[in-house]
Amino acid sequence: MEYVIEMLNIRKVFGTFVANDNITLQVKKGEIHALLGENGAGKSTLMNVLFGLYQPDGGEIRVKGKPVRITDPNVANDLGIGMVHQHFMLVDTFTVTENIILGSEPAQAGTIDMKRAEQEVRELSERYGLAVDPTAKIADISVGMQQRVEILKTLYRGADILIFDEPTAVLTPQEIRELIEIMRTLVREGKSIILITHKLKEIMEVCDRVTVIRRGKGIATLNVAETNPNELAALMVGREVQFTTEKRPAEPGKPVLEIENLVVKDARGVTAVNGLNLTVRAGEVVGIAGVDGNGQTELIEALTGLVKAESGTIKLNGQEITNLPPRKIVEAGVGHIPQDRHKHGLVLDFPIGENMVLQTYYKPPYSKRGMLNFKAIYDKARQLIREFDVRTPDEYTKARALSGGNQQKAIIGREVDRNPDLLIAAQPTRGLDVGAIEFIHKRLIEQRDQGKAVLLVSFELDEVMNVSDRIAVIYEGKIIAIVDPKETTEQELGLLMAGSKRKEAGVSS
Amino acid sequence: MNVYDVLQTIIPTAIFFAAPLIFTALGGVFSERSGVVNIGLEGLMVIGAFTGIVFNLTFADQFGSLTPWLALVAAIVVGALFSLLHAVASVTFRADQVVSGVAINFLALGLSLFLVKKMYGKGQTDQIQVGFDKIDVPVLSDIPVIGPLLFSNAYVTSYIAIILAFVSWYIIYKTPFGLRLRAVGEHPMAADTMGIHVAQMRYIAVMISGALGGLGGAVYATIISRDFSHATISGHGFMALAAMIFGKWHPIGAMGAALFFGLAQSLSIVGQTIPFLKNVPTVYLLIAPYVLTILALAGFIGRAEAPKAAGTPYVKGKR
Amino acid sequence: MRSNRHQQFLIPLLAVLLGMIAGSIVMLVSGYNPVAGFSSLIYGAFGDAYYIGETIRQTTPYILTGLAVAFAFRTGLFNIGVEGQLIVGWLAAVWVGVSFDLPKIIHLPLAILAAAAAGALWGLIPGVLKAYVKVHEVIITIMMNYIALHVTNAIIRSVLSDEGFKSEPIKQSASLQSEFLEAMTYHSTMHYGILIAIAAAFVMWFLLERTTKGFELRAVGFNQHASQYAGMNVRANIILAMVISGAFAGVAGAMEGLGTFGNISTKAGFTGLGFDGIAVALIGGNNAFGILLSALLFGALKVGALEMPSGAGVPTELVDIIIALIIFFVASSYMIRWLLSRGQKGAE
Repeated sequence: MEYVIEMLNIRKVFGTFVANDNITLQVKKGEIHALLGENGAGKSTLMNVLFGLYQPDGGEIRVKGKPVRITDPNVANDLGIGMVHQHFMLVDTFTVTENIILGSEPAQAGTIDMKRAEQEVRELSERYGLAVDPTAKIADISVGMQQRVEILKTLYRGADILIFDEPTAVLTPQEIRELIEIMRTLVREGKSIILITHKLKEIMEVCDRVTVIRRGKGIATLNVAETNPNELAALMVGREVQFTTEKRPAEPGKPVLEIENLVVKDARGVTAVNGLNLTVRAGEVVGIAGVDGNGQTELIEALTGLVKAESGTIKLNGQEITNLPPRKIVEAGVGHIPQDRHKHGLVLDFPIGENMVLQTYYKPPYSKRGMLNFKAIYDKARQLIREFDVRTPDEYTKARALSGGNQQKAIIGREVDRNPDLLIAAQPTRGLDVGAIEFIHKRLIEQRDQGKAVLLVSFELDEVMNVSDRIAVIYEGKIIAIVDPKETTEQELGLLMAGSKRKEAGVSS
Repeated sequence: MNVYDVLQTIIPTAIFFAAPLIFTALGGVFSERSGVVNIGLEGLMVIGAFTGIVFNLTFADQFGSLTPWLALVAAIVVGALFSLLHAVASVTFRADQVVSGVAINFLALGLSLFLVKKMYGKGQTDQIQVGFDKIDVPVLSDIPVIGPLLFSNAYVTSYIAIILAFVSWYIIYKTPFGLRLRAVGEHPMAADTMGIHVAQMRYIAVMISGALGGLGGAVYATIISRDFSHATISGHGFMALAAMIFGKWHPIGAMGAALFFGLAQSLSIVGQTIPFLKNVPTVYLLIAPYVLTILALAGFIGRAEAPKAAGTPYVKGKR
Repeated sequence: MRSNRHQQFLIPLLAVLLGMIAGSIVMLVSGYNPVAGFSSLIYGAFGDAYYIGETIRQTTPYILTGLAVAFAFRTGLFNIGVEGQLIVGWLAAVWVGVSFDLPKIIHLPLAILAAAAAGALWGLIPGVLKAYVKVHEVIITIMMNYIALHVTNAIIRSVLSDEGFKSEPIKQSASLQSEFLEAMTYHSTMHYGILIAIAAAFVMWFLLERTTKGFELRAVGFNQHASQYAGMNVRANIILAMVISGAFAGVAGAMEGLGTFGNISTKAGFTGLGFDGIAVALIGGNNAFGILLSALLFGALKVGALEMPSGAGVPTELVDIIIALIIFFVASSYMIRWLLSRGQKGAE
């Protein structure tokens, strides 16, 4: 069978960093081809080369057998290559149609022919079963719909090779099912698909072949039918992967965090947490499972004092902390590993040392009578850098210069060092490689074993099932079920998360 | 003095003062819609005023009554070329756009005064001898009541300014160029992935703002000040910037705001002759445009929101 | 790391150098002699004690406006309203200076504090709007500049004079003028303000680098979200930063009102001191010590320029062109970095 895309020995270097080291990727017509690799392995770079956003430093690209030079996205479009970006490339204030025609507008006498454009978008949408309203504003439609607009953008330009970049990361389980259907429809209509992912299950479910890359190098190309998740994981990481974190059974003690009837509104004033009840005890990890957007963010923000709760109570060790300012809550004994470490966890332009005292700088020994004590600050920083294996040239290096994993280690070190009774970890391993993930999971369990209460919020089911002692399923701002990870399955959790099955929630168990 | 007399005093002056602001504010709309903040409008007006006057003084004998028109063309060209500095600094060299705009303002004033001294040996130019004539718009000026108010005894440049506002609206909202311009200002990376050249669009937009700012400055100098010195353009560019914001980055809104600010200016000058305005201290009229703009930004008069990417350089393929 | 610190000094120096070269080209193209031009500029800035006195006098407000801009930059804000804060500070200082009869030890500090308070108030408004309504401070401070200009002119006309264009001279007890310094510098207008400016530079350094408040201000300046997560009061810090920045600018106005001029006149346009402060801050690397040096540079350029017409026939505006180009070059530091990295590659 002929190849529609051949990327032969592609090399791409940023400064001294080799992002793609002679990678070869060959895609057959009409197949769904997975590109598998860890974060930072070089998948996005390779695809950006194919899409014309980067120029390769070496290698050859052939499209339908012909050698080509893809100097910018226009050339890629002309060759029939379209990209469905992970972070949607949509202008919020534009309509669906305006976004789709942008750059190749149908015009008459210098004026955009909006009627014709809308008609064309409607027809395309119907042909591929996408059910998109051409006149809707992007800001008003759901994330799943926005992704379909991204797909339509490529189809409108006549793409027959579609690149999907981590398309399921932002979708609900239901939307993922629908997307898979759409991808199958596309292939039936003669399109070829490259699926960038690090999720093994998706590959096993929809893909025909898979190319694995690791640290910028091409490792293998396999037929999906002839492989299994364990083999793929080992190829991706470069060693046997422990899928489960070893841990002793939990020995829960007294309640540390007690949440009763909590109601929180989101930034737009919509009720996001709606009468939530939850208890976390000393010496246990409670994992919150749920689809993004079911009130997780607002729950954490209320717990840490970043937004005000409308009603309900939050108690820490029996003391009410509801709606206290963030600093009081920190002082009461709450540690927080925030979801977005760049935005919320670190001041990237501060030295890593000063980041270590971001919450405690005003207390002795780090300051006295309003004056900073740099010796004490940097002594502490050196200690934490050592204990938590933060790889940095020195403690004066700006946090920005560290890798994601090391930044996260620094944050965890800082939070754990304050010895909080409750540690809240939101998406603590997002975007990290397997080594850092293992390290962080171990540290969370370690905190539990020292008698701390740990609240883990994650959108990765594997992580929740692996680390938690109890799983609380959140749906539409309520805990609708509490399950034992040893006794549940992913299917059951998936159904619970989608709200289609309810279990009586054991509120204070 | 009855109400009609009062209006007949105020309204033509308001339109008269508004025209340079409209041109310049429209320039600002183009630049900021593409994502480039342009604090340098003041400097672009200065360059335009300088060019307009110097061209007029130099070539009045050759071109006669055509001179002021050619002077406007010269100001458009020089304004566009001068704004290239802002484009190069803030688009290509990723300079802070506000800082670059400040530098434009400094450079425009320094350079034009330097040249005035070099050419004329003194701090200000002579008065121009050939200006524009006031016209009565045929037909429209015969309409009772509003004819004399709006269409009589006015400069044709004022009407060009108003028409240009509608043309700008059409360009920005109805043409492929406008769609791309707005996309580049809202989400440059999205535009880039659609094959639109972000830097090129921004260069064009900044140069349009230079052309229109230069035009605004030349119109002001030709009609209102009739010479050029350090004080010819004193804050009009910033007032145009205010009009652009008060008009919510929309061409028609910017025109409306410019007309309104022109009204405030005209009141501060002719107000003393109007009975019930005589006791209002002029300072209130002078600061009105700025206070109103602050109130608009603070959300007291409907929220004004800038294009999302305004002020941030676009780095292609940023990791 | 080291090469970064290296560049911190190199970039402003190169920007200044490129600005001077560009200035020379402008002089050459317009038929002037650059050597004569720059010699008379240097003579006019440092040629004898009188010129040195004038240069220091001009440096004084530059230090303070530079600190005002830099303080805002360091706390994540762009205060383009230093000009207006300076004008209201000038007005407040003169107002106190003419209105009271007090012993010098009270009157002078009171007048300076009034200037600081007025500048702080002018910074408070954009600070509050930024903190509570998230309006960008650049536009608000520009608008505040014009409000300051017109309101100050109105007050000079209707309150500080009888429809005149300038106020009474301030009382001696509020004056910064110094017979001693004047005598030392052949009757230049140098005054004690330079001591206040240097002290202010120390205050800025100490506040930002050594105190917990400074830690908060810097943290909020770099990353509001992380600061909020860490328990800092983001809004209060934004407002405080604008207030302190405005206070520095207000004191700069006091230097003019109590030192250089001894009164205040109505203004057709801005003094330029506030906008020049942006250049001072950028060239000074937003650091207190650097600002002392760059303020001296700009003071010397401005004062030395006055000698250029008689010494070399060059219009004084040449210096404004040079300053504008320096700002361009320092703002386009990406270009300079790129040139430097190419130079390094070439050397390897």
